[in-house]
Amino acid sequence: MNNTIIIGSGPAGLTAAVTCAENGVDVVVIDEYMIAGGRLLGQLYEEPNGSWWNGIKESTTLYEKAINLGVKFHFNTAVNNIEQSNGLWVVYTEKDTFYTSNLLLATGAAESPVPVPGWTLPGVMSVGAAQVMTNVQRVKPGERGVIIGVNVLSAVIAMELQLAGVEIACLTLPKRNRITMKAGDPRKVLDSLLHVSHMAPSPFVRYGSKLMKNDFMKKLGVNFYPKKGVKMWDIPIQLRKAVTKIYGEDEVEGVTLATINADGEVVSGSEEHIPVDFVCIAGGLYPLAELAAVAGCPFYLVEELGGYVPLHNERMETPLEGLYVAGNITGIEGAKVAAAQGTTAGLSMAHRSGIKGLDNTINDSIKMTEQTRNSAPIQFHPEIEVGRKKILQQWEAYQSTKRESICY
Amino acid sequence: MTRRILDHPILGKIEDKNYVSFTFNHKVYKGLENESLAAALLANGIRTLRHHEESGSPRGFYCNIGHCYECRVSVDGQQGIRACLTPLKEGMIAESSGQLQTSSKEDGGLENE
Ligand SMILES: Cc1cc2nc3c(=O)[nH]c(=O)nc-3n(C[C@H](O)[C@H](O)[C@H](O)COP(=O)(O)OP(=O)(O)OC[C@H]3O[C@@H](n4cnc5c(N)ncnc54)[C@H](O)[C@@H]3O)c2cc1C
Ligand code: FES
Repeated sequence: MNNTIIIGSGPAGLTAAVTCAENGVDVVVIDEYMIAGGRLLGQLYEEPNGSWWNGIKESTTLYEKAINLGVKFHFNTAVNNIEQSNGLWVVYTEKDTFYTSNLLLATGAAESPVPVPGWTLPGVMSVGAAQVMTNVQRVKPGERGVIIGVNVLSAVIAMELQLAGVEIACLTLPKRNRITMKAGDPRKVLDSLLHVSHMAPSPFVRYGSKLMKNDFMKKLGVNFYPKKGVKMWDIPIQLRKAVTKIYGEDEVEGVTLATINADGEVVSGSEEHIPVDFVCIAGGLYPLAELAAVAGCPFYLVEELGGYVPLHNERMETPLEGLYVAGNITGIEGAKVAAAQGTTAGLSMAHRSGIKGLDNTINDSIKMTEQTRNSAPIQFHPEIEVGRKKILQQWEAYQSTKRESICY
Repeated sequence: MTRRILDHPILGKIEDKNYVSFTFNHKVYKGLENESLAAALLANGIRTLRHHEESGSPRGFYCNIGHCYECRVSVDGQQGIRACLTPLKEGMIAESSGQLQTSSKEDGGLENE
């Protein structure tokens, strides 16, 4: 029997563990990966002040802090199911079964696939896979690659790959079809690109982002977008081209690239072959919330948060007694916001464990999360705050119907 | 030619001293202790981890963080082990045999709707 179990040792889970332990609550952290850090491990970018955000260092610091505070870790342990029974949470893993009063789900996010013909060939991988291979495992995903899907994450990872000596032939779009709809529409892509543009040295993209705040300008932007593309960190970005096929006998040998018009349709006869030995697919992120679903937590679809998120309040509580959520399971944001949410969740769990006098600290930590959000260097969705408000409104609505049903 | 990034301009150097031997499909390779099996194989130039049970088409790792199950191999006799989550150990025996489930990628993925 445990007091608190945390599933996931990313920035949210690690910070929550440290916070609990600092308040005298004993904690067990379970993660299916080999080491602590989650998606923080692969992160590497230059901060506005010129220093580098090194995800491995950040992860190690947090992990060591947790270890020194007596937090116990179980790595290489996947959680398959959770269930509430007699006022306790039962956590089923591949190995053992755990019991706890407080359970935090900090399982993070996953990448959406974008099916492109040929995408099952060895050498095709998600863009996050290439990030982990390069920055964490320190093995090159290949010598030269193409990234299909232009968004915040793929732009940042392209830069990271280049830094490690991997050549990126270009970032480009998938051919438009029913599934790739949004990712294959140059106008939508341009819209999402505006949010990394402040990190780009290319004046076209930087000035462009100020100009293109409204839809009309965006349409103009695509029409005037130079045919040969623009460059960000010296990597060509092709919004007027799309990959129609990934080819190769037993492994990736190249991609077929074709010119597309402003609506994303292929101009026939424009196909060319680009030889590469790997391909990254960047379909965007969505909250990984399966465990909250099997537990029976209510869900809402909030597009600004990246998909279906479990209902929760600012204290990171779900409507299910003793079940908490923090980090990207509540919506797609950067690691600093995830960590700030982890602090709040840790405090809330300590509060429920009977630690007194935490109310002010909890309120401060909620404010801290907002501040962190406002100054985040990378934003995955421009309307993130709208999304956060929507889920809080859902929480209020849920609580008031619950109150009504109790009255009757 | 090595595929390893031994020296990185920001992340610095890595130790590449703790090499261990392991077997994949009856051939012996070397990799770094505790790196993932998927990384060790890629560093040896191996991308194909298995063949699809119905179509026979070759498959490699896809997500590299345990979500997609594309990298399933058997490790020391245990089937369905994800190579991207398996730390490499001395004497490890891995094989690309005996997959039963079909992959989520084949079904179009959970999250395409
Ligand atoms: C591929 C990828 C790349 C990203 N790159 C960046 C980036 O470059 N910059 C940026 O700002 N943000 C990036 N993000 C966003 C990232 O999600 C956040 O920055 C942050 O890491 C979220 O923290 P978290 O603690 O919520 O989850 P994560 O950091 O994702 O940690 C979740 C942990 O839970 C574990 N886990 C999940 N399910 C289970 C289970 N069932 N059983 C056991 N363990 C489980 C995972 O192994 C993982 O260690 C990326 C996200 C992804 C998916
Ligand atoms: S590559 Fe996706 S689970 Fe291993």
